[in-house]
This record gives sequence, C-alpha cells and structure tokens, in this order.
Amino acid sequence: MPKRYIGQSVPRKEGREKVTGRARYVDDLTFPGMLYGATVRSQVARGQIRGIHFEGSVPWDEFTIVTARDIPGKNCVALILEDQPYLAAEQVNHPEEPIVLLAHADRYLLEEARRAVRVEIEPLPAVFTIEESLAHKEVVWGENNVFKSFLVTRGDVESAWKQADFIVEGEYHTGAQEQLYIEPNGMIAVATPQDGVTVWGSLQCPFYVHKALVALFGLPKEKVRVVQMETGGGFGGKEEYPSMIAGHAALLAWKSGRPVKIVYDRAEDMAATTKRHPSRTRHRTAVSRDGKLLAMGIDFVIDGGAYTTLSPVVLSRGTIHAAGPYFCPNVRIRGRAVATNLPPHGAFRGFGAPQSIFALECHMNEVAKAAGLTPDEFRRRNFIEQGQTSAVGQVIRERVDMRRLLDRALELSDYHAKTKRLAAENAHSRLKKGIGFASFMHGAGFTGSGEEYLASVVSLEATPEGRVRVLAASTEMGQGTNTVFAQIAAETLGLDYEWIEVAQPDTAAVPNSGPTVASRTCMIVGKLVESAALGLKQTLIRSGLLRENYEPAEFRQACRKYIEQFGPLKSTSQYQPPPGVHWDDEKYQGDAYGTYAWAVYVAEVTVDTITCEVRVDDFVAVQEVGKVIHPVLATGQIEGGVAQGIGYALFENVVWQEGRMVNAQMTNYIMPTSADVPPIRVYFEENPYPHGPQGAKGIGELPMDGPAPAIVNAIEQATGVRIPRIPVTPEVLLEALEGELV
Amino acid sequence: MSEAAGKVSVACKVNGKPVVLCAYPMARLLDVLREELRLTGTKEGCGEGECGACSVLLDGELVNSCLIPVLQAEGTDITTIEGLASGDQLHAVQEAFLACGGAQCGICTPGMVLAAVNLLAQKPSPTDAEIRTGLAGNLCRCTGYMRIFEAVIAACQRTGIRS
Repeated sequence: MPKRYIGQSVPRKEGREKVTGRARYVDDLTFPGMLYGATVRSQVARGQIRGIHFEGSVPWDEFTIVTARDIPGKNCVALILEDQPYLAAEQVNHPEEPIVLLAHADRYLLEEARRAVRVEIEPLPAVFTIEESLAHKEVVWGENNVFKSFLVTRGDVESAWKQADFIVEGEYHTGAQEQLYIEPNGMIAVATPQDGVTVWGSLQCPFYVHKALVALFGLPKEKVRVVQMETGGGFGGKEEYPSMIAGHAALLAWKSGRPVKIVYDRAEDMAATTKRHPSRTRHRTAVSRDGKLLAMGIDFVIDGGAYTTLSPVVLSRGTIHAAGPYFCPNVRIRGRAVATNLPPHGAFRGFGAPQSIFALECHMNEVAKAAGLTPDEFRRRNFIEQGQTSAVGQVIRERVDMRRLLDRALELSDYHAKTKRLAAENAHSRLKKGIGFASFMHGAGFTGSGEEYLASVVSLEATPEGRVRVLAASTEMGQGTNTVFAQIAAETLGLDYEWIEVAQPDTAAVPNSGPTVASRTCMIVGKLVESAALGLKQTLIRSGLLRENYEPAEFRQACRKYIEQFGPLKSTSQYQPPPGVHWDDEKYQGDAYGTYAWAVYVAEVTVDTITCEVRVDDFVAVQEVGKVIHPVLATGQIEGGVAQGIGYALFENVVWQEGRMVNAQMTNYIMPTSADVPPIRVYFEENPYPHGPQGAKGIGELPMDGPAPAIVNAIEQATGVRIPRIPVTPEVLLEALEGELV
Repeated sequence: MSEAAGKVSVACKVNGKPVVLCAYPMARLLDVLREELRLTGTKEGCGEGECGACSVLLDGELVNSCLIPVLQAEGTDITTIEGLASGDQLHAVQEAFLACGGAQCGICTPGMVLAAVNLLAQKPSPTDAEIRTGLAGNLCRCTGYMRIFEAVIAACQRTGIRS
C-alpha cells in the first residue's frame, strides 16, 4: 500500500531551513558592487510639486538619483486602473507618495541624503475620511471620489419595510489595520538595457510584479524576471506593494548599472505600504414577530486611499459577504469604494469581508434583541440552507449545516451555562465577563469569473531519478504552500513525500499559477497540482513503461526510461471552471464562489470597568473547510488568523494625522503578544468539496472574519453596551461606558 | 587593521569560536553579525527592540541585538541561531518547533527558538503562564503562538524534564 499523506501532519518542507536560520530572505542576499536604495516621499497629503532641491553637505555627485523623468516606459503601477504613478511628477495625492529615488553604497550617508532632499509642494485641499469623501468636501479622484460601486438587489426591499414587525438600524465602523508581517518589504534588482530586469524579493505574486515591471520599462516579457525569496509573512501586504518597490529598485539599478537593494525599515513599511481599508456600514433590517429576516438594506463603504489599486476587488468581496450566512428574501446592498488622500489601502487577509461581517454580526445581535430572541435562536431561524438562494442569487448546492456548527461551538465553549453564570457574577464585580459569538462564511478562490480569467497553470516535471518537481508561481509565505503541494503530489503519485520538490517561484522557470491570495492556493492551485500529477502518471502508463498499480521503484525506473526514449517528462494542467458555475459581472448575480468555508467563533472576555482594558479569556473556533489536508498547518492558520482578529478588535489602532500614520512603530501600534492571546481552541468539520484536491476548500482568510464581532458581542454581554466600532481601545471603551461614544 | 578611521576591534566568542570584530563602536551587534560574519539567521524586524526577531544569547542572556552597540560585546560569549544545532543534530527546541508547527513564515523563528532555549535554561519546567511571559518579547504574526507554546512543552518532554 502506498503511504497516505492527505490528512497527515508531515514535516514542513522548508522547516529545517527555518529553524536553523539557513532560510534565505531578501535582506540575506548581497551582490558585489551593490548599492542601497532609498525613497523620498511627499509628506504633504495633496499638492502640486514646484521643485526638488538637493541640499546640505551631501556629496550629491556620488549618488544615483532617479525622478519621474528617468522612467523608460509607463509611469504607472500596472494593476487594475493605471492611476498610481511609480514616482509623482507634478501632483501628489497622499503623504507617502514617492517622488525621488536615491542610491549609494553607504547606507548611513544614504539616509543623510534622503533627509537633505527638499521637495517644494504647494498644498491643495485634501480629504481624509469616508464622510469627507462622500460629502465631496473636495473632489480628489475622478468626478465624484468613487473608485467603484456595486448594487446587489434581490426581491423587493421597499415593500418589505412596510410589512415588517420590527425595523432595526445601525451604523458600524472599522479602522485601518497594518499587516505587520515581521519581515519588512524588500527587493534587490539588477537591470541593464541589454539584459533586461531581474528582481529578487519578498512578495506574494511574482506575475503581478512581472506585469508591472514590463510596463514600467517597456520591455518584452522575456526580458523581465521575478524571483521570490523566502517571505517572512504577507497576509495581503505583499500582494501589490512589492510591484512599487521592485520598480524603484530596478529604476535605480537601470540608471546606476549596479545591483540595488531596497529594504524598508519598519517605520517606512508601516507608514507607506498598504493597510486594511477602513469601513463604514449602515444596516437597516426588517424582521417579523417570529424572528424571520424579511429585508436587509446594507450600505457598505470602504476608504480606498489615494489610488484605485485593488479597492474594486476588496469592495466586491466585502459586498458579497455583507449579508452573511443567512437567508433573506429581500436584500439591497450598496457597496462603494471612495478616494481619500491617505496612502492607498489594499489587500489584507479577508479582503473586505472582515469589515462587512463585523458590521453584520454585531447588527444581528441587535436585531435578535428587537425580536425578543437570543442571539443563537435568532440565527437558527435564519441560517441559509442547502437549496436556498443567497443575496447575490447563488443557489447553495453544497451541504451546509450552520445549526450544527453553532450547536457545537456553543457546547464547546459552554456558552449557555456561562451566559447565566457570568450575569450573576458580574453584578458584584468591577471585572465584567461576557461571552459572544459570530457566525459567518468565507468564499474560497477568486470571486465570480475571476478564476476563469486567471486561467492558472501548474506543471509537474520528473527527473531521470524519479524525483518530481512542482512548478508553480504560488508562493510560500508561512501558510504551507510547499508542504501542501508536495502532499497532494505524493498522494496522487503514490510516492514518498521526500521525493517531491517544489520549485522556487521564478517567472523565468515556472508557469503562472496566479497570485497567492484569496484562499485559493490549496483549493484551486492544489487541484491543478493533483490533475498535473494524474497527467504525469497517465503519460507513463500510456507509454507502456508503467503498470496501473505500481511501486515507487517502478515509477522511478519508468521515469528514467521515458526520459531516455522521449525526452523531458512534464505534465501541465490549466484551470477549468467546475460545471454549472455561472456569474454575471454586469448584474453582479450568480455563483460568487465555487464554495464557502463556514464557521462559528465564540469569544469569552473580561472587561475591567476601571482601566477599560479588555482581555480575551477563551476562544473557540469551529469551522467546516472541506477536507483538512494537513491538520497542524490548518490549525496553525486558524490560530494565527484568530490572533490577528483579536488584534483587529482590541489593539491595532492606526492613528492618522493629515493622512499620515503617526504611530508607525511596533512600540505604539500594538499587535498581540504571547501574553495577550487566550487558549485558541480549533475544531474542524469535514465536508469534502468535490472540486478541491482530495476535497479541500480554502481556509486562509476565514479566521480573520469572526473574532472581532464575537469579541464585541461578548463585550456587549459583559457591560450591556454596544460598541459599534473597532478597535475597542480603552479610550473607546471609556467613552462607551460613559455613554459618550459618537 | 587597515579599516576606516574610527573603527575598533572587539574580541568576543561567537557560537563557540573566538572572533575579532572590526566595526564602529556604536554599530549594532545585529549588523555586525549579519554583515561581518555573514550570520544572517539573526533577523531585523523593527530595529527598536520590540519584536525580538534579532534575539541572540549574550553570556547566556536573551538580548535584542539591534539594541546592543558592538562595543558592549567585548569579552562576551554570543550564541546565534546558527550555533544551536550540533552539525546535523538539531537542538531539542528546534526539533520541537519542526514537529509542532512552531515555524510558519520563519522570520521570527530564530529569535523565538533562542527565546525558548533561554526560557528553558532558566525554568526547565515552565508553567503555561511562564511560557507566555517568557516569550512575550518575541512577536509572531503567523501562528497565534499556540503551536509555539506546544513546541516549548514538547521540548521539555523531549528532554524529560516536564511530564
């Protein structure tokens, strides 16, 4: 019997390199003759550039200096719209906008020089909040400050308001959140007009960077090469901004003729690179006397910052998830992404869904209250079921049992007994305890027809020794890509896990398996690994060199013979949508996702009513994610996401001043430490998804959605006060407890 | 030495070997380890002593090497992540991190492993609360710390100290 690998916690592929310090990240590389690069930024939120002055006693002739005029191709970071320049030429639209690049071999002199560049800017009026942008306090983008809007309609909301027994309204806000990967962004570039451009860096999406560099330099595709180094965390923060840094490093390398390294320090990384979109959500909900949802009106707005970047896509996911795992016959969701003069906001694990789900899951507790039901009973009456249709018109074909997930989560957390007990105890203590939960789902893979457009490709190749290499552009950034791909290939081919290698993502050597985002790597790309592996096996069997039920030694022999007789042995697989999946981009209706992961999370908190600190004491995470490929990795994904969600709910507060993040330090932007996290108890239900590898669904983003509303609902139970915004810092809680929160 | 003016010689031991470092007196130990000795397992996460990615053991104490001027290393005995394993034989804590999933992206791992080694040197059988506070100076954004706690406990069991 061949060994089984699916469902087994095999050692992480690159784990040994990581625990010994041998794993190579971008800052661990040096090249002979290498220069360091630095970026001079606007510091003014919006204005016209009037002049650039190189001042101080800096030996300027030793420096490579690049401005917009030095750009050989298009001065825009190619992504969705072409509105964001690599280097501002005339106007700046946010305070971290790059204007001048400098390079020098001496890092200390470089920093002195960066401070000695004075950019003269004539300020223009700017907008800094969603409210200011919507009110057109100043039009700073396009005709109306709106990057993108969606309108999702189902049934007839207007007539439903008239039949409602209760109507409940609420407004909810979420703040920006910094990804705070522990490895800051960085790139090294080598670039000459003869050989083209090569970059090595910390990044999630090699072909995004590739596309951007091709446009920036006006080079043919084959003259641009992007190599991913070991990447010290991404969480979405290395999805788009690496294209900017790669371009900057390459422009300096192109002009100087020397390799150039740009590694951001923590302050620059936090202030200048993308963060999670702040949001405002307004809910108006009609409910019947027996606690059935009749209508949901949702107005969802996110702050996109100064340029379009990925905001339309973030908005799309946030909009689709805004009505949650509930059935409601009448729904109207308006989603808008608006412009401000903040640095562009971007991808962060969850991608719009944590924002809209926070609002929804707080609001559902308020609706339950109005209908005279407990939060759990209200949800039981409204959970979507197999065969029902979602807000965007998707008929849920898969088996879904939210009631079971809810029951299990409430039982594991001892929710009902604690609810009673804590209420009695709270009466006599300054420490108020509460328990709260959130129920939610997260779509896996790109939205709608996104996967069809991507048309991702994976190849497997065998060596004469019978080793198999997985060739894909999907990156390892801690989540376990290498390990999971090797497990899937080993299981499919009946080979030892050790005989599978996963190639380093390098655009010159691997096919485009798409970006490493959207909880798609295991489910979508893993499925391509599986089908390419099947193709490889079939090739050998059809060539007559291998029998059906082979031993690993026979496979190795067959590989050798095949390569001797026919040359390279390679199998390629390209994405095909599952049958019967339809999406209408115009009407925004149809199968938004091939499948969803479903979950109920429960948080228990202690609120100190004197210091206004909140502590999470216990956390239960129950989810259905299809087949679990690797229990330890999957559990680790959930635990890590929950910890980020706790930070999002309580600690992580980006403080803005005139469009700048002024607490761009780990000292005063606080993420959870080992002393701040509760026991995080993770439970999986398995319901194999037929179109995922061995039944797997996406998992990466799911755990970001639930913690914040669960915690805020727990705070409400503890204190009786609904706090409609996160993060719930002690200052926010103090105002709320004193009834002064606006 | 024919180095630039202002540099000083600092004699110390790194991973058991005597070395003489040549650097500006206020150069960060982190940079000297990474650039002079090419010991790149020690990472920079924040440069201000908050994240612990640059942790090394200096005379048996866990320090943030981004906050140590190299001059302060004179006469000391320094252990970096590269000095932990004996050849191919991993340290029990490294083994435990591998087995329990304590490393994800790996950038905090060298510092975190050294913090765990340091914790176990001081408290061979730590309570859960001692593990939490013992590692609180080392930030991890991937794991939510649960797998790391488990690795520390597994390392104790491996060395037979905690049952």
